[in-house]
Amino acid sequence: MTVLLDAPTAKDTHVAGLLRLATAGSVDDGKSTLVGRLLYDTKSVLADQYEAVERTSRNRGLEQADLALLTDGLRSEREQGITIDVAYRYFATPHRRFILADTPGHVQYTRNMVTGASTAELAVILVDARKGLAEQTRRHTAVSALLRVPRVLLAVNKMDLVDFDKDRFGEIEADFAAYATALGVEHHAALPVSALRGDNVVEPSADLAWFEGPTLLEYLENVPVETERRPAGRFPVQYVIRHQAADYRGYAGTIASGHLEVGDPIVVLPSGQRSTIAAIDLLGRPAERATAGQAATLLLADELDVSRGDLIAPADSAPTAVQDVVATVCHLSEKPLNVGDRVLLKHTTRTVKAIVKEISAKLDISDPLAAAGSVKDTEADEFAWDDDAPAGHSLNANDIGRVVLRTASPILLEPYAADRETGSFLLIDPASGDTLTAGMSGDPLGVFS
Amino acid sequence: MSILTHDETAPAHDHLRTLEAEAVHIIREVAAEFERPVLLFSGGKDSIVMLHLALKAFAPAPVPFGLLHVDTGHNFPEVLATRDRTVAEHGLQLYVAHVQDYIDDGRLVERPDGTRNPLQTVPLVDAIQSHRFDAVFGGGRRDEEKARAKERVFSLRDDFGQWDPKRQRPELWRLYNGRHRPGEHVRVFPLSNWTELDVWQYIAEQEIELPEIYYAHERQVFARGGMWLSPGEWGGPREGETLQTRVVRYRTVGDMSCTGAVDSDAADVAAVITEITASRITERGASRADDKMSEAAMEDRKREGYF
Repeated sequence: MTVLLDAPTAKDTHVAGLLRLATAGSVDDGKSTLVGRLLYDTKSVLADQYEAVERTSRNRGLEQADLALLTDGLRSEREQGITIDVAYRYFATPHRRFILADTPGHVQYTRNMVTGASTAELAVILVDARKGLAEQTRRHTAVSALLRVPRVLLAVNKMDLVDFDKDRFGEIEADFAAYATALGVEHHAALPVSALRGDNVVEPSADLAWFEGPTLLEYLENVPVETERRPAGRFPVQYVIRHQAADYRGYAGTIASGHLEVGDPIVVLPSGQRSTIAAIDLLGRPAERATAGQAATLLLADELDVSRGDLIAPADSAPTAVQDVVATVCHLSEKPLNVGDRVLLKHTTRTVKAIVKEISAKLDISDPLAAAGSVKDTEADEFAWDDDAPAGHSLNANDIGRVVLRTASPILLEPYAADRETGSFLLIDPASGDTLTAGMSGDPLGVFS
Repeated sequence: MSILTHDETAPAHDHLRTLEAEAVHIIREVAAEFERPVLLFSGGKDSIVMLHLALKAFAPAPVPFGLLHVDTGHNFPEVLATRDRTVAEHGLQLYVAHVQDYIDDGRLVERPDGTRNPLQTVPLVDAIQSHRFDAVFGGGRRDEEKARAKERVFSLRDDFGQWDPKRQRPELWRLYNGRHRPGEHVRVFPLSNWTELDVWQYIAEQEIELPEIYYAHERQVFARGGMWLSPGEWGGPREGETLQTRVVRYRTVGDMSCTGAVDSDAADVAAVITEITASRITERGASRADDKMSEAAMEDRKREGYF
């Protein structure tokens, strides 16, 4: 059944760029089918994988191969019939390579979507055309906005079940546009599809002739990826490379954001030592400039005392070290986070001790804007605006809340809204080592102030 | 909706730069945060690529950790030769755990089918414990098999080397949490996000040398379980299995007893890339008998501590 068209040559497989995307949708929105469809129609599913799916489908008495089975991973979730964790899928077209974080839509798995969205450059949210913007859709959009995913695409699925109705699509598109805009999503769009039939996923559909936009795959292939969201370079020192024979001392790390150039005057934080960049090595290739995402080694003009956890930044636009942290967090662990907890805070390449000073509010992520409105209405008890989840002294798994932390030593934390790399952190349980909480500095959704 | 046209000026392989930078970041994280890392090195292409990345990550200084090979006793001689040449060339430290030692003294029992891949787990976990390795780099990729799709880059293992899907930590942004208790260790997979094609494109681009059995050559083989196997002391061919000479190559290089060759005339890296691009069968499906046992085979083995 897996028929390849003309076998591509090695040359055709050259792809320009890599896109990281996250998909989210409710259990019944057909997300697994859509992802399976993308994999299948881009020939990323090979004969033996597809045969296994056909076999299983037949055993279950299905007439057609259930493409959802392609993405159905661990045995425990096959037993439960739902996806319970983030799964990564890979596919490619001649234009682009894709890393897809397939995140489950079930209500209690907000944390998985937070995980998948944290590295995504695009979020694709599935919605059932019959149902329109459900509570889960609002939650998925809000999580994408909170994690500052640069682009959010709504895939309006099951268009065949609403007779490919243009007006129905227009209605959902308008609802979504209004909601995404209110949440501050920078770029958003909507597409009609039928994942089951394959309409407008990879191939355009005659039934959707009224739709003038691209197919889903065309969109994915062409959507721009912004690698450099701001100019100011940020280089957390990851590892110091010393080589005595060569009298070599280089600072290795990944450019977190912006860019740095040879000759740039820099400051090393938190110590405040100054120097200039003498040379940049990009994995064996000397370079004049290193940009966000590149693994680099910097050589400085002066001999300084620099170690892992320090930050190298341009002398004229360096961040300020902080010890008091106000952040929006998503709690990930089954073990609650309490006021007074002593934790480890991991930020870029630096891990410091911290204490939870306050848990001042919880956010209803399915309706963050309404909640924010009520903050202003109830001045007396400013933060206790979520009736179901009053601002207590703890956060449970999947809770999103506002916390105040004090760190034992300074960190170079910046607002998450300005920089996803230097604005994010993890809280870690010092005893078990487990990851407790995902933190975003400041108020990325703009709902708390 | 405005769709920008595709940027034709973008460099042809910039996805490799992204994957390379990510892998190097992971390798440097481990070197910085762990006491005693080690890199699992079989002489296969994924471990060779991983070592290549490690060499780049710390250049001009040497790689600050050693290599560990679990020797099933049924290795392809060409692969062992590559292993030894690589170790010598870069002045690396090599630790070898021998499955044969375990069979000789009765700690492990040879399976009736002669397959030794499942027997690697115990020597591996023992070697990790006796050398007190706290981080073990593996070349596993998430695209290899369904159960790997949810594997973390940093995968926590207990004292028995076991993997518990429910205890795996969420991984966000570029923040990898490698904390572990005494006795536990972390398996680290820098190639998690690479596909087979990415690995081959990188091998081509970086001109990385591989054992010659990855390329088409004439070989005496016999058919078993839908695969071409090489004869050897491990127990083949049996009665009724006839040898024939074919032009084949290997897509993976594991234990000889369960690693099959595929018919191929791809004699160099460019030809291999063309072949893979057009191939209809996954790497594991084509050449690993032990994965065919059941759909959940990999999940079971991972729980037991297999890499």
